Amino acid sequence: MSDVSFVRTEMLPEQAPPGSEVGVIGWLRHNLFSSWINGILTVLSLYAIYYVLAGILPWVFLSVWNAGSLTECREIMNATWGGTHGHACWGVINERWLQLLFGFYPSYLYGRPILALVLLLLALTPILFNMISRRMNWFLLALAFFVTAMLMDASIFVWILRIGFAAATLFIGYQLVTLSGSDRAEQIAQGAKRLPNPLMFTAVYPFLMPWLMWGGTIWPPICAALGFVIGFVVLRFGKDHMSELVTMIAAVAAAVIWWLVLSGYVSDGLSSVLPIGIEAVESRKFGGFMIAILLGVVAIGASLPIGVVLALGRQSDLVIVKALCVGFIEFIRGVPLITLLFVASLLLNIFMPPGTNFDIILRVMIMMTLFSAAYMAEVIRGGLAALPRGQYEGADSLGLDYWQAQRLIIMPQALKVSIPGIVSTFIGIFKDTTLVSIIGLFDVIGLASAIRADTSWNGIYWELFAFIAFLFFIVCFSMSRYSMYLERKLQTGHR
Amino acid sequence: MSEQATAREIDRSKMQVSDQVAIEINNMNKWYGAFHVLRDINLTVNQGERIVIAGPSGSGKSTLIRCLNALEEHQQGQITVDGTVLSNDLKNIDKIRREVGMVFQHFNLFPHLTILENLTLAPIWVRKTPKKEAEETAMHFLEKVKIPEQASKYPGQLSGGQQQRVAIARSLCMKPRIMLFDEPTSALDPEMIKEVLDTMIELAEEGMTMLVVTHEMGFARQVANRVIFMDAGQIVEQNEPEEFFNNPKSERTKLFLSQILGH
Ligand SMILES: Nc1ncnc2c1ncn2[C@@H]1O[C@H](COP(=O)(O)OP(=O)(O)OP(=O)(O)O)[C@@H](O)[C@H]1O
Ligand SMILES: [Mg+2]
Repeated sequence: MSDVSFVRTEMLPEQAPPGSEVGVIGWLRHNLFSSWINGILTVLSLYAIYYVLAGILPWVFLSVWNAGSLTECREIMNATWGGTHGHACWGVINERWLQLLFGFYPSYLYGRPILALVLLLLALTPILFNMISRRMNWFLLALAFFVTAMLMDASIFVWILRIGFAAATLFIGYQLVTLSGSDRAEQIAQGAKRLPNPLMFTAVYPFLMPWLMWGGTIWPPICAALGFVIGFVVLRFGKDHMSELVTMIAAVAAAVIWWLVLSGYVSDGLSSVLPIGIEAVESRKFGGFMIAILLGVVAIGASLPIGVVLALGRQSDLVIVKALCVGFIEFIRGVPLITLLFVASLLLNIFMPPGTNFDIILRVMIMMTLFSAAYMAEVIRGGLAALPRGQYEGADSLGLDYWQAQRLIIMPQALKVSIPGIVSTFIGIFKDTTLVSIIGLFDVIGLASAIRADTSWNGIYWELFAFIAFLFFIVCFSMSRYSMYLERKLQTGHR
Repeated sequence: MSEQATAREIDRSKMQVSDQVAIEINNMNKWYGAFHVLRDINLTVNQGERIVIAGPSGSGKSTLIRCLNALEEHQQGQITVDGTVLSNDLKNIDKIRREVGMVFQHFNLFPHLTILENLTLAPIWVRKTPKKEAEETAMHFLEKVKIPEQASKYPGQLSGGQQQRVAIARSLCMKPRIMLFDEPTSALDPEMIKEVLDTMIELAEEGMTMLVVTHEMGFARQVANRVIFMDAGQIVEQNEPEEFFNNPKSERTKLFLSQILGH
């Protein structure tokens, strides 16, 4: 007879797992050789990896770095390894890498796109990494401006800049070093003044960047920014007199009228009266990877807000708004990007009043933005659909109005759910920038063809494309890793 | 269903019903498409009343109380909440939603915000309360629902009962004059139901005007001063709890009570 009742009087002590489960052996067993099929697959995969690497690695590393032409490269290869097969000729990259990066941008002005890129990263940090303190952010900005001032040709004005930025850098840097984060938090809690929000610089950046890239007087970007100010003012003061919807339409209309009709005259006038500015660079000199980044950044930065608006419009109760959004999204998604780019390069001028000089890169930017905005709208709509009805009701029942509910409750969650889709769209549009080579812009692909057309590099393919692939991979892989980091960071427990 | 609402004595001294009208519904009708979901509803609720609404599933209980803060719109009749007539005017709707708190079956907390942020969001953005003050109020109400230590957690890290108490505290932070509850305990395990009911009882003891859709008949007996029975979109019977439970008039009420109380 077995005794059914049982009471444990002593808890068992914890024991170390058996040796076959831990350590290198344990890991190998678990992950690579857990059954004989698994073992065979492991061996086969290892062989495949070896086979690929054995082809690629010697090609990459047993290669020629210094050569002025493909013929010279081949001579060196023959002399060194007794054959040309299986060795890369990086001489072409060595010779042309600046061109591949910057196109025909004047080489003495390379500092400007570089500065634009550095400032881009600094403008993005407060958005991407909110754990960086304001002090750190402003310190890095001051440092970047100080270095820029040091690299500029000396004049009295430049010396004032140098001294000013040096003082700012030192001041913030001193605070950063002497005051720990918690001390600073204490000071702020006791009412110390905070540094201004670095997002201020982020807001200025979209106007600063084109000026750095294209140069010219400072008035066009200032006038462009004024459009937003005008819209905002109308929004602010119209609210007291008109209904919300009417105010919003009026604000948009005022801004659009300013941009399309007035701002051109105003900025031309100001430019001729007060020609403050830097050397202008024409669009046709833009090229290389710089174009990819320029188009990618603009398309990515602008398509997210436009996509949000389109997604909301598509869910709207207002029939006309909804129809417009659906029509736009479906039309853009139904058309290949390349046709839109042809429209941008050839057709758009037909609709423009004669004599308007509508920059080709600007036209392409608009098309790429609209294209990715349509995809973005659908991705975000997916995120919106994933939200339970209760979230809207919770927000409504607390008295939040539509825009507050969207901004504080709905969008943060919908965007979080859609991060993988959003980043995929970003990566997609960034890689699609290479299509502009077809309409005659000299982006990396276009330049690669141009370089091959040069007699000294005729016949070289792999090295150029490997280099281009490498450039794109770095950027796309970073975006992908960042999205994973963001998803982890925004994880707030199951619902 | 469970008769246990609470073991302790309930202090009815403060549960005074004033003669000021909080909610008035006149000849209200509502349709979902062609489906007549609420039929000729007439109801007056005074300040300080605790009303329990019961009825079979699909009888329109949720729809009725959701009409009171305009989560649903009605097509006919008039609803007056705290002196404001509910119409399509957004200003009126906003005004009423500020005065009326609502607690849902599935809590509807905002999962991307901490408990404290959940509580301070509406006071800061809707009432324009300074952040510091809003946080103090929030902590006050969290203490009241007995979970101040959870303030910095996210809703996903709390138990169902705790989440529902947070949801109640969130509504209270807006200092509402009327509270609506739509089956606040139906999604909870039995041991959590008690903690939520206790919170609601405390609220009643403080004189809050409450409309509660619930199947907790123990709560109805002890706290309500009126029980309303709905069926097929109509108010079939309303009475004081004693009379309602011991001496139901309509056949449908009797049938419902026999099913729900398991007699
Ligand atoms: N959005 C809607 N569209 C169409 N019909 C609806 C909608 N919401 C509810 N109904 C219907 O209206 C009726 C009343 O629903 P309501 O949710 O008010 O019932 P209830 O009394 O709260 O039921 P329960 O106890 O199940 O919550 C039901 O028959 C339901 O099917
Ligand atoms: Mg219901």
